Amino acid sequence: MVSEVQKNNSAILRVERLSMKFGGLIAINDLNFEAKRGAITALIGPNGAGKTTVFNCITGFYKPTEGMLTMTRQNGEEYLLERMADFVITKKAKVARTFQNIRLFSGLTVLENLLVAQHNPLMLSSGYTILGLLGFPTYKKAAADAIEKARFWLEKINLVDRADDPAGDLPYGAQRRLEIARAMCTEPELLCLDEPAAGLNARESAELNKLLLDIRDETGTSILLIEHDMSVVMEISDHVVVLEYGTKISDGTPDTVKNDPKVIAAYLGVEDEEIVEMLEHAEAAGVDDITAAVDLMSTEAIQELEETHPDAPVASLVATGPARPIRPAVAKKQSVAKVAKATKVSEDAAPAKAVPVKAPPAKSPSAKAPAATKVSVAKPVAEKPTVTGASAVAKKSAPKSAPAKAAAPQIKAGATANALAAPREGKADRLIDIKGIGPVNERKLNEHGIFHFDQIASWKKADIIAAEAYLAFDGRIAREDWIGQAKALVKASQKKPAPKKSGGAK
Amino acid sequence: MSENKALLSIENVETYYGNIRALSGVTVHADAGEIVTLIGANGAGKSTLMMTIFGMPRARTGRIMFDGKDITHLPTHEIARLRIAQSPEGRRIFPRMTVQENLQMGASLDKLEFFDEDVRKVFDLFPRLKERINQRGGTLSGGEQQMLAIGRALMARPRLLLLDEPSLGLAPLIIKHIFEAIKELNKTTGLTVFLVEQNAFGALKLADRGYVMVNGIVTMSGASKDLLANPEVRAAYLEGGRH
Amino acid sequence: MADVQTSKAESTIAKAIKEGLFAAALALGLFLLIVGFRTDQNIRNELVLNQRWGLLAIFVLVAGFGRFFLTAYVTPWNAARAAKKRTAVAKEAKEQSSFRKSFPKIGLAILFIYPFLVISILAAYNGSMMGGLQGSLKYVDNFGIQILIYVMLAWGLNIVIGLAGLLDLGYVAFYAVGAYSYALLSTHFGLSFWLLLPMAGIFAALWGIVLGFPVLRLRGDYLAIVTLAFGEIIRLVLINWTVVTKGTFGISGIAKATLFGIPFTPGPGGFANLLGLPNSGVYYKIFLYYLILFLALLTAWVTIRLRRMPIGRAWEALREDEIACRSLGINTTTTKLTAFATGAMFGGFAGSFFAARQGFVSPESFVFLESAIILAIVVLGGMGSLVGIAIAAAVMIGGTELLRELEFLKLVFGNDFTPELYRMLLFGLAMIVVMVWKPRGFVGNREPSAFLHKRKMISSEFTKEGHG
Repeated sequence: MVSEVQKNNSAILRVERLSMKFGGLIAINDLNFEAKRGAITALIGPNGAGKTTVFNCITGFYKPTEGMLTMTRQNGEEYLLERMADFVITKKAKVARTFQNIRLFSGLTVLENLLVAQHNPLMLSSGYTILGLLGFPTYKKAAADAIEKARFWLEKINLVDRADDPAGDLPYGAQRRLEIARAMCTEPELLCLDEPAAGLNARESAELNKLLLDIRDETGTSILLIEHDMSVVMEISDHVVVLEYGTKISDGTPDTVKNDPKVIAAYLGVEDEEIVEMLEHAEAAGVDDITAAVDLMSTEAIQELEETHPDAPVASLVATGPARPIRPAVAKKQSVAKVAKATKVSEDAAPAKAVPVKAPPAKSPSAKAPAATKVSVAKPVAEKPTVTGASAVAKKSAPKSAPAKAAAPQIKAGATANALAAPREGKADRLIDIKGIGPVNERKLNEHGIFHFDQIASWKKADIIAAEAYLAFDGRIAREDWIGQAKALVKASQKKPAPKKSGGAK
Repeated sequence: MSENKALLSIENVETYYGNIRALSGVTVHADAGEIVTLIGANGAGKSTLMMTIFGMPRARTGRIMFDGKDITHLPTHEIARLRIAQSPEGRRIFPRMTVQENLQMGASLDKLEFFDEDVRKVFDLFPRLKERINQRGGTLSGGEQQMLAIGRALMARPRLLLLDEPSLGLAPLIIKHIFEAIKELNKTTGLTVFLVEQNAFGALKLADRGYVMVNGIVTMSGASKDLLANPEVRAAYLEGGRH
Repeated sequence: MADVQTSKAESTIAKAIKEGLFAAALALGLFLLIVGFRTDQNIRNELVLNQRWGLLAIFVLVAGFGRFFLTAYVTPWNAARAAKKRTAVAKEAKEQSSFRKSFPKIGLAILFIYPFLVISILAAYNGSMMGGLQGSLKYVDNFGIQILIYVMLAWGLNIVIGLAGLLDLGYVAFYAVGAYSYALLSTHFGLSFWLLLPMAGIFAALWGIVLGFPVLRLRGDYLAIVTLAFGEIIRLVLINWTVVTKGTFGISGIAKATLFGIPFTPGPGGFANLLGLPNSGVYYKIFLYYLILFLALLTAWVTIRLRRMPIGRAWEALREDEIACRSLGINTTTTKLTAFATGAMFGGFAGSFFAARQGFVSPESFVFLESAIILAIVVLGGMGSLVGIAIAAAVMIGGTELLRELEFLKLVFGNDFTPELYRMLLFGLAMIVVMVWKPRGFVGNREPSAFLHKRKMISSEFTKEGHG
């Protein structure tokens, strides 16, 4: 895989075959990526995927078990970070970082925080303290310059007025900004930010975006960023790397990553919040028809839909025509999420018109609605605005989503013998009642056509192997006795005909 | 508002840090079975209000009632024994205890018979914690620690759950799960939730009612959907964020 | 509103009664066997049980009523006073700050004229110059010099603990190194005080680095234990390496310091003789007073200067957060070592001064208690604050010295009472009281080392103590 990372002068940081093990725990496994010079690279992934561990390896706080981290400075010098002590990395290789749980010097003033960051140049100009102690003018000048530099950054982060207050007294958002400014005072070429937008509200993260773009454009500093706030990641990053369980699962521009089904499944969930909102409304009201959910949306949401997409009036979303009869009820978010996801897969994979209609018509409206909504709310697909009229939308969506539905079970569900195209009676069992199955795995199982306890209960050895393959588990199904649990649950559900549903309609 | 129904009512509370007033005349209430959210900029005093409910720091004036009982001057541990649980700002898990031990610490002492069931529920909500059951809290990643803090709070089988930025540092998918789980707990067990969030959009979508706090003063309150529609709120807390 | 008030007052009384009864019950349980019964031997050597119900009743009543008054009156009164104070605090703060600003200057002026002040007061009191000179000996030596030695030691330790946040319980070891360097080199090689003073400092600094290396990885409790052990090792070496140190006998006859070659000896060539003054031992003491004052002020000056240097800021940053320091490219190893070495150097200076003043050193002067006292002064004064530490040293050392003088206490407690014996008891009590009253020491606020607009003191609630 080394070839994947090509020797490239435009890369400021190359991470090659990086592995980090803590005892038996593998935090990072054979990771390769690179950060481009003058660009903002985002590192995203589920919690515990090893993002901060990567940072700690880059900045020398951990010594990686294996792998090579090459930092190339502007002047062409190359540093192998895995061989350097943490403070030398900042000093010589010019990599600076911030921390997830802010680490300011809370008892020092804001100004002092920025002066401590300029320790090394000041140390030199003070003749390692001796000249400074004797009052040599070189140090006085350097100290004045340092204060000026601090003032420059204070103006940038809008904290000049609070320069003489203790850093611990600042509100959270200001502390985050100060930590970035402090890191910038070490004059880094690569700035590593660990969740800089955590705990910031929408407005503050918008300001943060501006600050980071400013830093990139004005100082030419490259930025490596861990962040969960997609409004930050998608807006400012030039390149996104996605980790899960210590390995890279996707790598590319924000747009490609955003639509990568693997990323959606592991991290983003259904990317478009509006669909979820809509479905939640539908559930809350006990309406099992997705189109009715549109009716339930708040008026301003509808207005928003209309504004962003005048060509596809809401009426068209609702009026799905005769194609909508016996569609399965939307009982569970997970199953719906799956549909929405499947839709996306189809958008990426299959050319919309080429695929013949062969899915059961039952599913099409439900798949259609999210697709249409998504288009109107998020980013319009190129062809969409050209279509006008309610029926046109409906017709167009139907064939597009139909193969998606069909594709999911065919491509993936071939794995187990008893896969279903859709849950029976439209209601999937609550698979997370089985110990060992979480929401993510439940979704994966649903994608592979497993909706009911009895399906799991009747799994054979081959099925287990197949299921473990797509769940990426080794022996867990047997170890946790999913089948036994499923059998027990089947029995229980036979006794109680109406088991409790998660977030179910009431 | 109906006084009788209110599970938690905070009346005219003022809190100081040294000589600096952090909360001025805050009046907020949460009815039984409600999800109430408090939104506002950083440093507005949201977390201070959360901590004031627990008496750290104590309210200098005003009154905090829980279930008809005045808890303003009750020692913190006695407040916690009334089954008010908090997932505090900064997580504050026990770093040298394992995940399991952290959850044990959170368990309510008079409800130990539910321990296994509660642990299972927490693990259902956060399968990730189950994978790390014997790992020390301090070795978890930031997001996992957040999950643990929430899980620990849930172990107390609380009547009132105080959540201080539960979404901080969590992946979007997990945030969704947490919000869903809160909603579900609220529906199935009637749990009252008091939620502080930076993610105002998500919080208001989840909650029944909301309050807006600016510089230690509650400036606005109302049904969540009214607040969501309010142009001022939109301009101050929602715009520039995800939609 | 009125109802609320009265009900509140009633509830306070009710609460006080409840708590009083509880305290009384607790006291009864606690003292029943200890106080209520007493075993004595009668004339036939038999054990008899005496019952002391009256005494027990007094104990229980004191506990019960004490608690009652505390809850019912003292606590509300305190709360009311605190509330009142808060409203007036804005005004007070300004007045205080003007007093605080001039305080160091006034203090310094008093320190400079202190010996002459004492002499003139005593001379006026005794009616003769000679009487003034002889009488002042005690005040200059026991109070002035003794306090200033501890001020200097505490300021030296302040660099390690107050600035760098490294808890060093073995500081007295460096004091010992300084003292023995002077004692040995002066008795064996006859080197002069002025040459040995810097050398003692350098030796101590080297020992600081020697100690620093192995303990760099340690933090908090572990660091404290290892430094404590180091202090003990030095002391045990001094006791057992008899060939060099003469063990517990100590080294005596150490040369006195000279005023740039002029000895303070009676007779021709001596200081008094040269200036035509009457013979007296007090000149040497006054000389020593100014010497230690100079050394202490040097420590203060260096500390103040260092705080404005990058290294001083790095020390304080280290105290606040070591990991953040490393992320900013600061070599924490050398930073810690310089803190250890600088602190140790001043300990060494003080040690050589101590040897020159006493003319005799023995391991007994360098026991752990000394370390503890120096540490207590730093903590009481407020870590990092020079003024606070100086006040604490004056209170602690001056206070315990003063207790030796309080003969009048014999009038109160009878002739059997010897105030010195209660010295350490009062010392401990005073510490507890101060720590309850001011948990972060006399001066807990920190002065920033640089400012953009205005120098504002930083409240102690933000500063950290460090983790070793």
